[in-house]
Amino acid sequence: MTGTYLGMPSFPRAAEASTRDHRLRANLRRATHTIRAKRDRAVAELDDWAQLRAAGAAVKDRTLRHLDHYLLQLEESVTRAGGTVHWAADAAEANRIVTGLVLATGEREVVKVKSMATQEIGLNGALAAAGIRAYETDLAELIVQLDDDLPSHILVPAIHRNRAEIRDIFLRRMADWGLSAPEGLTDRPADLAEAARLHLREKFLRAKVAVSGANFAVAETGTLVVVESEGNGRMCLTLPETLISVVGIEKVVPTWRDLEIFLQLLPRSSTAERMNPYTSMWTGITDGDGPRAFHLVLLDNGRTDTLADGTGRQALRCIRCSACLNVCPVYERAGGHAYGSPYPGPIGAVLTPQLRGLASPLEESLPYASSLCGACFEACPVAIDIPEVLVHLRERVVEGGAVTVRGTRTVIKPAKRHATERAVMRAAGWAFDHPRVLRSGQRLLARTRGLHPRRLPGPGRAWSDTRDLPEVPPESFRDWWARTRGGPGRGGEPS
Amino acid sequence: MNGGTSRERILGRVRRALADVPPSEHPGDHPVARDYAVQHGERTHSATVGLLAENLEDYRARVHRTDAPGLPALLARLLGERGARRVVVPAGLPGGWLAGAPAELVLDSPVLTDHELDSVDSVVTGCALAIAETGTVVLDAGPDQGSRRITLIPDHHLCVVRTDDQVVGSVPQAIRRLTPARPLTWISGPSATSDIELERVEGVHGPRTLEVILVAGDPREL
Repeated sequence: MTGTYLGMPSFPRAAEASTRDHRLRANLRRATHTIRAKRDRAVAELDDWAQLRAAGAAVKDRTLRHLDHYLLQLEESVTRAGGTVHWAADAAEANRIVTGLVLATGEREVVKVKSMATQEIGLNGALAAAGIRAYETDLAELIVQLDDDLPSHILVPAIHRNRAEIRDIFLRRMADWGLSAPEGLTDRPADLAEAARLHLREKFLRAKVAVSGANFAVAETGTLVVVESEGNGRMCLTLPETLISVVGIEKVVPTWRDLEIFLQLLPRSSTAERMNPYTSMWTGITDGDGPRAFHLVLLDNGRTDTLADGTGRQALRCIRCSACLNVCPVYERAGGHAYGSPYPGPIGAVLTPQLRGLASPLEESLPYASSLCGACFEACPVAIDIPEVLVHLRERVVEGGAVTVRGTRTVIKPAKRHATERAVMRAAGWAFDHPRVLRSGQRLLARTRGLHPRRLPGPGRAWSDTRDLPEVPPESFRDWWARTRGGPGRGGEPS
Repeated sequence: MNGGTSRERILGRVRRALADVPPSEHPGDHPVARDYAVQHGERTHSATVGLLAENLEDYRARVHRTDAPGLPALLARLLGERGARRVVVPAGLPGGWLAGAPAELVLDSPVLTDHELDSVDSVVTGCALAIAETGTVVLDAGPDQGSRRITLIPDHHLCVVRTDDQVVGSVPQAIRRLTPARPLTWISGPSATSDIELERVEGVHGPRTLEVILVAGDPREL
């Protein structure tokens, strides 16, 4: 069983602990810096990157603006090619559909390709509750599953583990799940990969049912695309008799030709490769090749709520490359678990509060898990302006306002904990509107500067925990101007 | 298909969410500028083939070159060096390719079990096309390639590319030539992972050795 995201603490509380974990920080720093340099080189090879990025964003916008049309077209194409399409409004419904499909085959175990959507809906837990064992087959997902851990990165879910830790997990846990780790296993990445190959091979050859996600679903042709490296995806997509793919409704693209954009953007942004080792594309079922039954489960689970927000909608362009995580100074220090969701890092900070709604202190805290430096926007291959959405969501948290929750338009109240901030901002606004008040206030502050504390008392205390109070100058600018008329050389006359 | 209620609910939510999209805007109206390159840089065909070889090798595929008459001898040598005793082949592989190979040939067929395939040493196939800029070979389950699993379970894959007519420069050029209704597998180097400290390691579940043979001329009549 993998862990759960339920009841996770808010971002600042989680980050307070994780930023003190020196090993975690070293692992993350090493990994993110390695990939950053590689990605820059892979992107620099294409002199039309800016055009590809703009085209990728435009295709996604084109799709989102007529999502109903493209979903119906996809349904028709997949059905025509021999697949069956199911619609799931939320996580519970998606889990019910998948569980029912697996039980109907008579099987009690499934192999899984790494999938963000099934992480998001907690599918493994739902399957376990129905007596079905789900085996994760991506190397990093395997590491996470063996260790009862949670993923902490979109691309490399076990990025928080170094090679020595991974070796220990394999030696300790593989035997509980099947073939045990080879004796004398070293921590060389090649040996660890070999151990995973041996451990999983018997499962691939035995499995009758596989569960996957998809990177893209082409409306025009009904083609699904899975991009991967290890070959575990190919194993799951071709060997079992039944294939069930759980795919977010935003993964649809209109035409086959659109893939020429994304198959250039995704590998270079993600693993920093010209092309990932394996990409599988399938359209329904094919006689004598691959699964005999194919089920596509289209998942909403908060995506239509996100779509309803004109500013936040752009987060649905995301192709899950994880480039924004790798460049984020906050992610690098806090780690993925602090974000309390399968979607960590900058994209998680805008996606999670929108998919789940501003439902708890965790979601309310996520739009603040950023310094707004903008590195994520720069790196994003589909040009999601993450800082813009973060600021937009912060406004929602502080001011409240109209949102869509599970398809219903509703007005949320301002978050309670921001009452002091709002009062201070109102007072400041009033003072700026009344110059005399502002002047008296500034003079008072200047005269008492020797008495100012380094931290605020009372309700401002938490705010000043992480911030330095500004030093008040001995004289305000207005007073200085009045006294000197702008200081020496104020006339500015050329001599 | 589940009752249709969730389908209608999701579509209804989508339509309400898109109230800001003007009713006069139709699917496809939102502009997409396709001013990106069809391929990156101008190259002669032989330079494109050279780039393919270079990029394949960069991702640890082994690359060999021959002309059509030399293909059977090269395949026999590579299988011999590997010590391959059983080799799986697609039904439409030209019979002459493995005429001199010192190995038992196993024909791709639905009755072959996955376990039987697991005991095979190598697989020899053609391909649909190859992409130079990315170092990719694409299989489309054509007669000389067979079902997807035969290039997945064996640990050693020999893939033959005709340089005269199967090498394209770029991803857009490949997309334009491929048929999406066929099951497609894009292969760029042997199976790999970057899951341990984001370091690329070759060899996880797919074939750990990929050998690509670039053939000049037409070996289909062999």
